[in-house]
Amino acid sequence: MASHATHMDSAHAHDEHEHHDSGQSTVLGFWLYLMTDCILFASAFAAYAVLFGNVNGGVAGKDIFELKYVLVETFALLFSSITYGFAMISAHKGNKSGVLGWLVVTFLFGAAFIGMELNEFHHLIAEGHGPQNSAFLSSFFALVGMHGLHVTAGLVWMAVMMFEVVKTGLTSRSLTRLNCLSLFWHFLDIVWICVFTVVYLKGAM
Amino acid sequence: MSQAHSHDHASHGSVKSYGIGFVLSVILTVIPFWMVMSGNFSQHDTMLGIVGFAVVQVLVHLKYFLHLNFSEEGRLNTLSFLFTAMVIVLLIALSVWIIFSADALMMR
Repeated sequence: MASHATHMDSAHAHDEHEHHDSGQSTVLGFWLYLMTDCILFASAFAAYAVLFGNVNGGVAGKDIFELKYVLVETFALLFSSITYGFAMISAHKGNKSGVLGWLVVTFLFGAAFIGMELNEFHHLIAEGHGPQNSAFLSSFFALVGMHGLHVTAGLVWMAVMMFEVVKTGLTSRSLTRLNCLSLFWHFLDIVWICVFTVVYLKGAM
Repeated sequence: MSQAHSHDHASHGSVKSYGIGFVLSVILTVIPFWMVMSGNFSQHDTMLGIVGFAVVQVLVHLKYFLHLNFSEEGRLNTLSFLFTAMVIVLLIALSVWIIFSADALMMR
């Protein structure tokens, strides 16, 4: 019985080790996916840069962007970045309740961002400035909407991770997944820096 | 041992490094918004300002939130990012150049 237990133990340790190794290549692979995602965003930015002047006699950026509103959105995303960082610090310390608490806070900030973005889109469409009205509005909705969809996917992923951590605790597998989500979440914040600079700030100038 | 410890911090981040990144991001976000909202600067200066602050803020995020570095284990991530950055610059700059040149030629 004792030898059986030892055997199990060493097998388990071996398993953990392998997980750690494959975990590192998983994170690198996910990083490479993010790099391809960068190029997807770059294409949307290029389309926006080419089309933003073509307003078809309708509204331009100056008429529809409210910078105060965008600043609050930006801060929601910025706060969610640092709170996710705290979740990762807790994860590396093995502090399960810390991870869950910070993930909930991060989720709320992310949800606030998405809520504000949906509200902005709703207002634009209700006022007759929907994506079908001009090349500028099409490329605006495509670029900002694509970022919003990514953030929404991140929120779904975060909810799944919270469920997983509650169910199984902080295994090396969930740590790898939290690491990938960390890259995804901070990457979206970087994309947002480019969005608020190129779309909102330049548009409102 | 202490070397391994500090290395660990560099790749995972600490409260301090996230804090520094966050404070820098707040400053680098507020200044360009203020530049545009106050309207105190010329079009040209504002443009230079917002692009400059955006580039610096992206670098801050890469260092403090995504932990890119040139250490042994982080090098592949950094190199793949640099390659992607080059592709992005080519993609955007050349698209804009080509389309605007074509536009200018058509107008003649």
